[in-house]
Amino acid sequence: MASVSASAWRVPGPARWWRRADDPGPPIGGRVAVLLLFLPPALLLFTLFVALPMAEAGWYSFFRWNGYGSPTEFVGLRNFRLLLDNSDFRTALTNNLLIIAVSLALQLPLALGLAVLLADRLRGTNGFRLIFFMPYVLAEIAAGLIWRFVYDGDYGLLAKIWQSFGAAPPQVLADPDWAMTAILVVVVWKYFGFHMILYIAGLQQIDRSLYEAARIDGANAWQTFRRITVPLLGPTIRLSVFFSILGSFQLFDLIMPLTKGGPSNSTQTMVSYLYNFGVTRMQIGFGSAVGVVLFVICVSFAFGYKRVLMRHD
Amino acid sequence: MGSFQPKLIAAALLLTVVSWAQAATVRWLHIEQNPDVAAFYADVAKRFEAANPGTKVEMQFLENESFKKKLTTLLQSPDKPHVIYSWGGGVLREQVKAGVIEDITDAVNSGGWRDRLSPSSWNTYSVNGRVYGVPMNTSQVVFFYNKDLFAKAKLDAANIKTWDDLLGAVKTLQAAGITPIVAGGADKWPLHFYWSYLAIRQGSRPAFEAALRGENKGFSGDTFVRAGELFKQLADLKPFQPGYLGATWPQSAGQFGDGKGAMMLMGNWLPNAMAANSADKVGIPDDKLGWFAFPSVPGGKGPLEDTLGGMNGWLVTKGAPKEATEFLRFFLDATNQKIAGEKGFYIPVTKGATEVLKRPMLKDVARNVERSNYHQLFYDQMLGPSVGAVVNDISADLAAGRVAPAEAANKVQQAWQLAN
Repeated sequence: MASVSASAWRVPGPARWWRRADDPGPPIGGRVAVLLLFLPPALLLFTLFVALPMAEAGWYSFFRWNGYGSPTEFVGLRNFRLLLDNSDFRTALTNNLLIIAVSLALQLPLALGLAVLLADRLRGTNGFRLIFFMPYVLAEIAAGLIWRFVYDGDYGLLAKIWQSFGAAPPQVLADPDWAMTAILVVVVWKYFGFHMILYIAGLQQIDRSLYEAARIDGANAWQTFRRITVPLLGPTIRLSVFFSILGSFQLFDLIMPLTKGGPSNSTQTMVSYLYNFGVTRMQIGFGSAVGVVLFVICVSFAFGYKRVLMRHD
Repeated sequence: MGSFQPKLIAAALLLTVVSWAQAATVRWLHIEQNPDVAAFYADVAKRFEAANPGTKVEMQFLENESFKKKLTTLLQSPDKPHVIYSWGGGVLREQVKAGVIEDITDAVNSGGWRDRLSPSSWNTYSVNGRVYGVPMNTSQVVFFYNKDLFAKAKLDAANIKTWDDLLGAVKTLQAAGITPIVAGGADKWPLHFYWSYLAIRQGSRPAFEAALRGENKGFSGDTFVRAGELFKQLADLKPFQPGYLGATWPQSAGQFGDGKGAMMLMGNWLPNAMAANSADKVGIPDDKLGWFAFPSVPGGKGPLEDTLGGMNGWLVTKGAPKEATEFLRFFLDATNQKIAGEKGFYIPVTKGATEVLKRPMLKDVARNVERSNYHQLFYDQMLGPSVGAVVNDISADLAAGRVAPAEAANKVQQAWQLAN
């Protein structure tokens, strides 16, 4: 998806009709009609289901409110103060950063490596692509439940492996020191296929003749990868990093079936924290404050990243 | 044809409106997953409809967790259910404060309804002297034990009377190579029974009521710190099954049924859940399943007769038709509740419905609660959703050794101050 639009922007032709001096474009009345016809539905939906709830959450975050009636007890910035003082929230934030770090340091290189191996149209590559992409197709809840079985210390796959060596099986999801690691494994497993497909699409846009020229000039595989593949894959890599970081901030539905944020709140992410401490405890004002913090982080990241790193893409 | 169709639609609409006006529909939202109990509910609904021609009872179902999460939104929708399930306590207080629950005091005072239940039962569902709901069943948390495993370790449950006896039993079981206790730590509330019961045994009713009033440093006072310290004594022995912090409540009920541990602190609803989740779908048969009261603690003021448990019931939502209240009057009368007691679904609180209890364990619990001078509702329900969740959190943290007893008590007090 990414590389398609990225390359489309560089192609002169119909895609840039509005810049071309020799093309006056459709009559102005037609454009207004199109605007009037097509803008309201999208604008209405966006306002009703995105902009308005966000503004409301911002408003609620200044109240102590259990969700009944309308909020009346204004508490100023107290919810935010409580939030920053809360050690479980700090754990959640740290976990989010950990997920980002692992995604960038392990998941994306793994995806890129596999993409390079599988980008060529050789026999069997399609099968491997399909296998690696499968985890991404699975629903998060289903994937979480499957891995809960895998990790089960009594009957799980992991337990059977340990038992075959005669060792006492570990209870990874029940151990506050190991549960997060176990979740990180699932995160990498679940999403590397998506990034791999992105990279494969990007790789297929690279002109083959560049590789041919490099080979004739005597470049070795590493030099080819370093000097041709990575620079030309730049827009795709930047986009995949963008998706990866935003997705990491919003991780929720893998956590719930695996650990519900436990044991001892050691595997909460910001969104699971919002759910467990805001919605479940009927502290809608407090939960809204979590939402606002998450929103600010995501929006400043998204705009900052686009402005600094993706401005040429 | 062109003019015929609208007329037809109009006629159909009119018919619908007329039938609505004639027949009141009572929307009854329950959370019962056990098919036998649900069938009993459906039968009650059918007989109510037969006794009140023109009234319809529409049964709706939500799973426990989804029910709790959706209820706030649900109660503020025009499509809300008329009769809903409740655990009483802090959530009920908040709902009443928000004005979404119907005051049924007048209905309860008429037709001899009030005499059907003990005053203390009505109290559980009253706020500021007005009745907002009708309790249906009661429960008590006790120590269940596996008689075979106790015999293997040469233990006699009758000798476990004090906290030190329990700690001793844990050590004996461990020496015999048996996991002493099973707990569903991932859901946290099974562990909060320990902290609550220890506080009850330590300070009984006066300590809890003083804490509610904010006296003696509230929940950060000595009673609750001591409860944490005693719990830590147990947790330090590592008495729970491997991976207990990751085990959900249904999973742990199955593990206990499979004989993976000797004891389990749980409400009297355990046997049903144990059967459903055990590998052989039976679990521990009734004659191999024993139980004893939560032991007393050194220097504690609470007698063994104090009980921790629940009192669950039904509420009528604001603006519901009066048939909804009448339905509860019908459903919760002795005739219908006897059926539930006879089949062992739960322990009814309606007078005259407990004599028919057959299961010895249910009989015991019914007698305990009746005799108890202090039946404490589960802390996590009683203290309201936000404070209750903190009690659950710190209980799991205490079991895992991740919080000090004094700090745990402080966290509860802080949450209480924020919420009130």
